[in-house]
Amino acid sequence: MPRAFTPKVVTANDLREGDVVYLTADDRWSRRLEEAELISDEAHAQLRLLLAQGQPQTVVGAYLADAREGPDGPEPVHFREEFRRTGPSNHFHGKQAEPGNV
Amino acid sequence: MYDYSDFDAAFVAERNRQFRAQVERRLDGGLTEEEFKPLRLMNGLYLQLHAYMLRVAIPYGTLNPGQMRQLAHIAERWDKGYGHFTTRQNIQFNWPKLRDVPDILDALAEVQMHAIQTSGNTIRNVTADHFAGAAADEVADPRPVAELIRQWSTDHPEFQFLPRKFKIAVTGAEADRAVIRAHDIGLQIVERDGARGVRVIVGGGLGRTPMIGKVIRDFLPEAELLPYLEAIVSVWNQAGRRDNKFKARIKITVHELGLDEIRDRVEARFAERRALFTGVDRALFDEIRAAFAPPAFRDAPTDAFDAARAADPVFRSWADTNLAAHRAPGYAIVQVSLKAHGATPGDASARQMRVLADLAEQHGHGELRISHEQNVILPHVHKADLPRVHAALKAAGLATANIGLVSDIIACPGMDYCSLATARSIPIAQAIAKRFDALKLEHDIGEMKIKISGCINACGHHHVGHIGILGLDRAGVENYQITLGGDHTETAALGERTGPGFSADEIVPAIERLVHAYLDHRDGPGETFLQTYRRLGMAPFKAALYEEPQAHAAQ
Repeated sequence: MPRAFTPKVVTANDLREGDVVYLTADDRWSRRLEEAELISDEAHAQLRLLLAQGQPQTVVGAYLADAREGPDGPEPVHFREEFRRTGPSNHFHGKQAEPGNV
Repeated sequence: MYDYSDFDAAFVAERNRQFRAQVERRLDGGLTEEEFKPLRLMNGLYLQLHAYMLRVAIPYGTLNPGQMRQLAHIAERWDKGYGHFTTRQNIQFNWPKLRDVPDILDALAEVQMHAIQTSGNTIRNVTADHFAGAAADEVADPRPVAELIRQWSTDHPEFQFLPRKFKIAVTGAEADRAVIRAHDIGLQIVERDGARGVRVIVGGGLGRTPMIGKVIRDFLPEAELLPYLEAIVSVWNQAGRRDNKFKARIKITVHELGLDEIRDRVEARFAERRALFTGVDRALFDEIRAAFAPPAFRDAPTDAFDAARAADPVFRSWADTNLAAHRAPGYAIVQVSLKAHGATPGDASARQMRVLADLAEQHGHGELRISHEQNVILPHVHKADLPRVHAALKAAGLATANIGLVSDIIACPGMDYCSLATARSIPIAQAIAKRFDALKLEHDIGEMKIKISGCINACGHHHVGHIGILGLDRAGVENYQITLGGDHTETAALGERTGPGFSADEIVPAIERLVHAYLDHRDGPGETFLQTYRRLGMAPFKAALYEEPQAHAAQ
C-alpha cells in the first residue's frame, strides 16, 4: 500500500553563499522556512522540485523536506531540518544570527 | 622544518589557478554541480549543512608560527573568526563563501599549505604522532617518513581514483599516539639489530565496519618503504570492491581475501615495483630527514619551574596534567587543551591561534603540533619558560588542566555542521565536560577517553574510546549508543556495545552512572577505567546503565 503523502517544502543550499534556502509559492528562494511554499499534493511537489533542480546556477542539492503548518508558516518535522533553519547549537552563527530572525 | 621547493610551489600555484577557473565556470554556468563537485572535493571543499566547509591539511600535524598566524588571518578575513581542528590533524573552516575559496587557497599557498587530497578517493593527509621529535620514548621522528609519503602520494597518477579514501598514519614509538591500528595503513618505525625499519599494519579502520589493523610485515627495511606501500595500494586499487561503497575500504579487502592472500599479492607486486624505484626516493628521504633535525636545545636550570610548581596550585595542576616527558633534559612537551569545559572540542579562535604562534616562537623553537585528539602541542618548551607559557595560555582561555581526563573529549562536528551526521556530537561533549567539572571529580577519575561520533562513519573515533558514544536518528529523535572498552593505542581494541541507546537528555546522566560504577568498583585510584573494565567486563557497567533507572521507575 503506498504511504500517504505528507506535506513538503522544497529546500536546497545557495550556490554562492552555501546557506539554506527554501522555494516560495511565487518562485523566489527565501532564507526563511516560514516563507516557503507548503506543498500538500504529491504531483505538485514533483513539479516544484523539478523547477528547483532546473536552477543549478542558483541552488545546489534541492530536495523535498517534510514540513507542517505552523502559526507563522511551515515548520520542520525532523530535527535535521530544525537545525538547518536555525544554525549550529555551539555558536550563535547561521540563520539564528541573521537580522530579522529570532 | 621542511621547506617545499620552487617545483612544489609551482605545482600548488597551478592547482590553485585551475581551481579559480573552475569556480568561475561553475558560477557562470560553464560547469554543472555534477561536474564541479569532484573538482571541489579534490581541493578539500565540501558543501555542508549551513555552508561550504574547507578542509586544510596540516601535514603530520606540524605547523610553524607563520602558518598558524595565516590560519588565524583566514579565519578572520573569510570565516567567522575561528577554525576547527579535526581528528585527522586537519583544520576546517565552517563558513567560507564559494567565491572566496580561491583567495583562501592562495593565502594558504603563501605559507606552503594547501587542501589537496583532504577529500575524495585519494591518499589523504598523512598523520603522525603529535609528540614526534620530542617524545622521550621515540625510536625515530616519524615526520620524515610522513613527508616522504606525502610527496609520493600527492597527485600520484595511479592513485587519484581509488576505490575509496585511503588514510596512512605513522609513529616512531612503541606507545601509539597516532591510532595507527585504525588506519588503512599504519606504520611504526622500529629498530632491529641496529638497523631501522618499519612495522607495516594494514586493514584497520573505524566507520560502519570497524577493524583493528593486522601486521602484514613486521620489519620492512626503511629503504624499501615506498615501493612496498605502492604495492599495497596498487593491489587494493585492483582488488578493492568498487561495486559497493560500504565494502570498498582496504579493511574489507583484507578481511575478505585474508591477510595471507593479501600479503602474497603485495609481495609479488612489490618485487615488480622495487625494480622501478631507482633510488631517487632514498636520496629524497635523506634530504627530508636533514630538514627535520632537532632544534638546538638549551641547557639551563629549571628552578623557575620548580618554584612555580611549589607555590602555585593552579600551575601545579596544569603542569601535572598537561605536560609530557621530553627527550631533552630540562624540556617538556606542553599539551594545550582546546577543551575548556563547555567549549567546542577542537575549536580555536583567531586570537588563540595567534597566542599559540607567539608562544611557539618565543618559547617553543618555532614548532606547533595539532593532535588527533583535537588539542595543540608545543613540543619543545624548556621548563624554565613554563610559568610564562602557562600565564599566557591562561589569559587566552587555553590553560584548562584536563589532558587525558574525562572532559578531554574527541567529538566530530556532528549535525551542528556535517551533512552526513545523524545526530549532534558537540552539545553532548559540552554537557559531559560541564557536568564533570561541576562534580569536581575529573582528577579523581583519572585517565579517561570519551569519544563521540555523530554517525557511523566514526570521525569521532567512538569505537576506540574507553567510553564511545554514537549519535543516531531513531525514528526522528536523536539517540546515543554507548560502547565500552575501546582503546586507540598499541593495545588497540574495539569497544563493545552496552545495549539500547539513550536520548539526548538521558546520555549525560548515563555517562555519570558509568563513571560512578567505575569509582565504586576500581581497585584503588591506580586502576584506570579501562583496566577496571578489562578486569570486570561489562556486567557492573551494564547494571549501572540499565538497572538503576528501572528501579526508580518502579518506586
